[in-house]
Amino acid sequence: MNRRKAEELFFRVLMFLSTTIILLVLCHIIYSILAAGLPHLNWDMVSKVPEGGYYFGKGGGILNAIVGSLYVAVGATSLAFAIGLPLALFMNIHLTKWKKLVNGIRFLMDLLCGIPSIVYGAFGFTLMIFFGLRTSLLAGIITVTVFIVPIMIRAIDEVLMTIPRGLFESALSLGSTKSEISYRVFFKQSIAGIITAMLLSFGRAIGDAASVLLTTGYTDYIPTSLNQPTATLPLAIFFQLSSPILEVRQRAYASAVILIAIILFISLLARILTYSYKKNKINY
Amino acid sequence: MKFRAFEISRKLRNSIHTGWMIACLSVVLLIPLFLTAGLAIKSFPLLHQHPLLSLIFSSNWKPLSGEFGFYPFIVSSVWVTIFALLISIPICLLTSIHLTQYAKKWVLKIMQPVIDILAGIPSVIYGVWGILVVIPFISNHIAPMLGKSSSGYSILAGAIVLSIMVIPFVLNILIELFNNIPVELSEASLSLGATRWQTIKYVVLKKGLPGIISSFGLGMSRAFGETIAVLMVVGNVAKVPTGILQPGYPLPALIANNYGEMMSIPQYDAALMLSAFILFVVVLFFNAGSRILIIRSGKHN
Repeated sequence: MNRRKAEELFFRVLMFLSTTIILLVLCHIIYSILAAGLPHLNWDMVSKVPEGGYYFGKGGGILNAIVGSLYVAVGATSLAFAIGLPLALFMNIHLTKWKKLVNGIRFLMDLLCGIPSIVYGAFGFTLMIFFGLRTSLLAGIITVTVFIVPIMIRAIDEVLMTIPRGLFESALSLGSTKSEISYRVFFKQSIAGIITAMLLSFGRAIGDAASVLLTTGYTDYIPTSLNQPTATLPLAIFFQLSSPILEVRQRAYASAVILIAIILFISLLARILTYSYKKNKINY
Repeated sequence: MKFRAFEISRKLRNSIHTGWMIACLSVVLLIPLFLTAGLAIKSFPLLHQHPLLSLIFSSNWKPLSGEFGFYPFIVSSVWVTIFALLISIPICLLTSIHLTQYAKKWVLKIMQPVIDILAGIPSVIYGVWGILVVIPFISNHIAPMLGKSSSGYSILAGAIVLSIMVIPFVLNILIELFNNIPVELSEASLSLGATRWQTIKYVVLKKGLPGIISSFGLGMSRAFGETIAVLMVVGNVAKVPTGILQPGYPLPALIANNYGEMMSIPQYDAALMLSAFILFVVVLFFNAGSRILIIRSGKHN
């Protein structure tokens, strides 16, 4: 065996190893969290709000954080959808002639996607003080919306870019207005992809801690209006984990199991949708 | 008559939709503007009193007496980021070459969801994993191996957790990059008698070099701004770290840990907003640079 072959073999072994490492790390993350959290997961955890003395190991659960996280994520995803979908359609249908402008917007959105969520959190905090709001559900929803809007726009944009131009031209030649092409042709044609984009943004919104840390506050109650502080799941894990009491830390692991279950469910759903999207797509 | 009314309502609907679209566009375009302005205005009171350079290079952090030196935090951030990249760069490069050049279809079918799930796991989960696994591993195995004692909460722990978080992000960019390199180039090289590996070394990697560099730039800006996971494992001691087993205190952790007190101590809010602003500028710089590099190199093809 000559040197060339030996070198190739050496690197192929390294490549195989590094691919395996990635696979193993994922398995290990999921395994170690399940192993630490599952024994402490019980029905009380997901069905009760914290009772008195919860943070000293007494009874209760983290329903407040689960519901709070869902409120924030659903609110932010719907707001971001209401802004992101029209914008993405606008870029792909109305602005077809302004290639440079569209590429500029894409570049800007990519930059915004890369900005860390803590910066959005700090920005949300300054906005909150400027408008005289306290830490609240509303402030959290607005901050998370700003944070996920670029992600949503780019994800929907990627889906819309795959739709053949011929569809646009034939709809136009049949006399459709541009808004009809947007919502009746392009939106319908890419609905599965758009739902996947929404799920992706939803996953981001529910899992992010840094942006809500500064803006939603934390409370033991389920919020009943937009200007009350709200607990969120990532923060519940974070706060419980910093407790010196063992039972509370064990509950943090159990809460982590809940969060990871939600995330895995979302990504499974997205995967199924992408699959059905690919299967049912019209080929030209 | 009826047809006319229908036509008018269609036109009306079209203009309402278009109006809403333009409104959305202007709102979104205003976000970066407001972001910059908001952070700049909020951090101005501190910059007004101390020059930026003296703030960055001073290591006195005593908020109560009005001394804000960001040096320990910036050094920690840089260390954590660099070590995270040192761990993740070889793994990302090797795996992406493996997946795009050698691997069979079924390997890709397994690895694509794996990468997606890794990318989707919230950072707090990585933090929990770091506390459960990485911290004990460092304090029980790595530190004794190096002949030192450590609680485990260290720069190294932050870097390990961060490197795992950056891997799926960089890997996705690299895979797309290698898939977009024209097959003709590799075919030409192979037909001249080069082995698969020589082709990769002299054609694929060479062609993809700008993209590879920029993917690491993007990974770096991602790592630089990561908050919760790093905060949970890095130790948070406001001193300039002198070794990888020492605790550090990166900039994002500084903001996340102290936002509660920032309204009660004078100028503290300006200091934290300034650190957010520094983060913003650094991340924006690396992001923009990397993306421009990608676009430029794409034009040459």
